[in-house]
Amino acid sequence: MMRLFLFMSVIFLAGITQAQAFCGFYVAKADAKLFNEASKVVMSRHEDRTVMTMANDFKGEVKDFAIVIPVPAVIKKSQVNVTDNKIIDHLDSYTAPRLVEYYDNDPCQQYVMEKAMRGGAPMMMAMSADASLEERSKALGVTIEESYTVGEYDILILSAKQSDGLFKWLKQEGYKPPKGAEKVLKSYIKQDMKFFVAKVNLDEFESSGYTYLRPLQVAYESEKFMLPIRLGTLNAKGTQDLLLFTLTKKGRVEPTNYRTTKIPTGDDIPLFVADEFGEFYKAMFATSVKKEGMKTVMLEYAWDMAWCDPCAADPLPPEDLRKLGVWWLEKPRQPRPRPMRGRQMQPQIWPGPGGAVDTFVTRMHVRYDSETFPEDIMLQVTEDRKNFQGRYVMRHPWDGEANCEMADDYYQGLRERFRKEAKTLANLTGWDMAMIRRKMEKNGQSFDIKPSKDQRPWWEQMWENEE
Amino acid sequence: MIKELFQDARHFQILILSSLLALLILWSDFAPEPHIILSVIATTLITQFIFYKIFKIKSRDYRSPFITSLSLCLLFKGSFLWLYPLAVVLAIGSKFLVRYNGKHIFNPANAGIVLCLLLLPDQVWVSPGQWGSVIWLGFVLICLAALVLSRAQRADIALFFLGAWFFLLLVRALWLGDPLSIPIHNAQSGALLIFAFFMISDPMTTPDHRLGRLLFACVVAILAFVLQYVFQLREAIFFALFFVCLSTPFIDMIFESDQYQWRKT
Repeated sequence: MMRLFLFMSVIFLAGITQAQAFCGFYVAKADAKLFNEASKVVMSRHEDRTVMTMANDFKGEVKDFAIVIPVPAVIKKSQVNVTDNKIIDHLDSYTAPRLVEYYDNDPCQQYVMEKAMRGGAPMMMAMSADASLEERSKALGVTIEESYTVGEYDILILSAKQSDGLFKWLKQEGYKPPKGAEKVLKSYIKQDMKFFVAKVNLDEFESSGYTYLRPLQVAYESEKFMLPIRLGTLNAKGTQDLLLFTLTKKGRVEPTNYRTTKIPTGDDIPLFVADEFGEFYKAMFATSVKKEGMKTVMLEYAWDMAWCDPCAADPLPPEDLRKLGVWWLEKPRQPRPRPMRGRQMQPQIWPGPGGAVDTFVTRMHVRYDSETFPEDIMLQVTEDRKNFQGRYVMRHPWDGEANCEMADDYYQGLRERFRKEAKTLANLTGWDMAMIRRKMEKNGQSFDIKPSKDQRPWWEQMWENEE
Repeated sequence: MIKELFQDARHFQILILSSLLALLILWSDFAPEPHIILSVIATTLITQFIFYKIFKIKSRDYRSPFITSLSLCLLFKGSFLWLYPLAVVLAIGSKFLVRYNGKHIFNPANAGIVLCLLLLPDQVWVSPGQWGSVIWLGFVLICLAALVLSRAQRADIALFFLGAWFFLLLVRALWLGDPLSIPIHNAQSGALLIFAFFMISDPMTTPDHRLGRLLFACVVAILAFVLQYVFQLREAIFFALFFVCLSTPFIDMIFESDQYQWRKT
């Protein structure tokens, strides 16, 4: 039986700048780095076939880029591909936590308005050197199994007999494997792994006309469905973030050796959060992670790819899904947008008459270090097709004229509602209550709302007036 | 009164499994919904009743099927509601229909899970990760479960199994040069403990002789280890128990001993 494992790691080259990690759940483009040390991986999985796409937001010198992915069997040239960053950004936007906005009715009339806001998160890292080395490699027990160029990447498939040989080889070739890598490499070598080493071919890169490095994809067949994180934990100072997107035919993907928890969702939060949704999300994620002792994988989105409600971005078209490795999608079918109704700003998109497309997306967000996540993340595809999304609600109070009886009850209720929203926000983010109240006041959510009509009994009004 | 109540090990088991289910409901985002729990319990008891009728059995007892239903609620997941009654019927059916020498061969809950996984691999699953690896939970489980098993006088098999399993994990880690945190992390799985204390230790389906149980536990551990680490099967322990249960009559032939009864007369 062929055992094909795929382990990923990034190793740095000597004399090169620090690992770079870019990221962030941003609302606006200006809101750049929110999460540090983050990486983004998309895994398409059905039966024993896996396509792994590693998004690459590397912004250093391209000549400094290199990535080492341990794989158990030789990966042929045709199993490697480069794709477009835009697709992964699109997937990120589509699955991102969203802020929904409602407007209170005139207590004597009604309309609703929804607005989805989104956050996103990029990734990446790594470095490089030069290579041309049969002889030197052999001396260290390292064999070059394959060597080819795909897109702007030069790729080598290595096999090794001894971890110290491979370790020396990496050092000799100018790589700078993190401390402790030797032990982990040994473990992978004993599991009969090969090593996939990619770096940038500068000529190809320059002639490609791209200004960034495109995501690298590897397709393989293996019973093993897992995400290698062990070498990654050696690189990072402190914790790091990983966004794992999975695309399956059946349903939600879950880790089998770590617990999954859902991020808080559906809460009403104050209006000012709209201006700092990225910060809100970051704080809320940190609070949730802390609450779970950083030992769980956070589920952020689980949805049938055919639709969304509300949509942070349109579902990915079938051709893009295929590019991400959804090979089972035979007949591309465009999701049909539902006609806009009322004052909806952002359309919801519902499944077409044929039902769902055969793709279920799961978005998991992990913050980890080697202590809380000592082992690679083992995954399984479940048949769970229940939808889940991170969704937060802003309710705008009515700001028009309202002079009827009902309006007085409404204004009375508002104060309680604001108080609740402030408390919810403080619980979710750990933000200071006084600060929250101050910002709410500034944003028109005053805690001293006066009903349009004085509700006190007539005698109180009478004597107060006399004072 | 209380002493009498806990004379029967099954009462302890019901207590612990119900507490675990409550814990899961409070603590996990993926706990079974109340209507699933109720339907599993109800269909288990009804199925048991029907089989009693069919086999014209007079002395009826609904504690064991209740335990089976709780185990299913804790471990079994299906994409449709009808899969739960199916698992129940397979579980209880295996108990009445697959028998040898007056003993049923399979632990009913385990049989229900494995048969569903074999028949409908695209519809059902087990979530071993839903428990996380929480030390205190493991600790509490072990203490409580040890109590149960000492009453059931079959405590040894759970410990034999856990011992063998951890030994294999340890050997693997040492061979790979992995840090000890990896086998420790693996051993802290809640699903593993539930399996050890409430499935493999089912006194009705394990060998009667202590040496037989030791052999049985080691074979289950080895088979599960191979299925998990060589064949990448996520539900390895359940499959391993299912297949090794077939060997119980042979083990009983080799190591003769008195058959287990829930209450010693």
